[in-house]
Amino acid sequence: MSHFAAVLLFALFASTVFGITQRETPRRMVRYGLYCFALFVGSAIVLSWLMRLIAR
Amino acid sequence: MATEENKNFAAGTGAKAAPHQAAYEGFVYLPLILGWLVPGAGHFLLGKWVRGSLLAASVLGMFVTGILMQGKLYSSAHDILEILGMAGDLGNGLLFFVSRLAGWGADQVLVTTADWGSRFIVVAGLLNVIAAVDAHNLRTGRKS
Repeated sequence: MSHFAAVLLFALFASTVFGITQRETPRRMVRYGLYCFALFVGSAIVLSWLMRLIAR
Repeated sequence: MATEENKNFAAGTGAKAAPHQAAYEGFVYLPLILGWLVPGAGHFLLGKWVRGSLLAASVLGMFVTGILMQGKLYSSAHDILEILGMAGDLGNGLLFFVSRLAGWGADQVLVTTADWGSRFIVVAGLLNVIAAVDAHNLRTGRKS
């Protein structure tokens, strides 16, 4: 399994739990879950590029 | 001045809780304990089948992924990091104990993916605790 695949799986599972437990209505659960997923994956990509630049 | 709704909320018997309490009367901490022991079971007990299924799939998925990545199951308390890891693993409830008995998971982290796997198992436990607390909040009426 690649590192990015692990990130995607981690983000998917964690976002599902966060969405269901942190919001009350199904619509808001879905929106918050998608928001968390985007933040997880987006921050992983941004940090990866930052580390690549630092390593050079 | 406290309104009737605020008084009910403080007492954990809000109007929103009425349907759940009508459907399930029993030990108030049962959804919390059951939700900890078996992922999603607290929500199943309260009739929240879709939420329970999604929570169970997420926690089980993360735990099984961690095991398949040869993640480590913490079983000793030699130092603070081991204790914290074990506290997280214990959040998985019966999954942790069954896995220990079955000998699943690695004793030592030997490859990079095993390190990720160990984190997956710990986070699965923490997510399961969040889900169990959510079931408790549903039971007491703090959440609908």
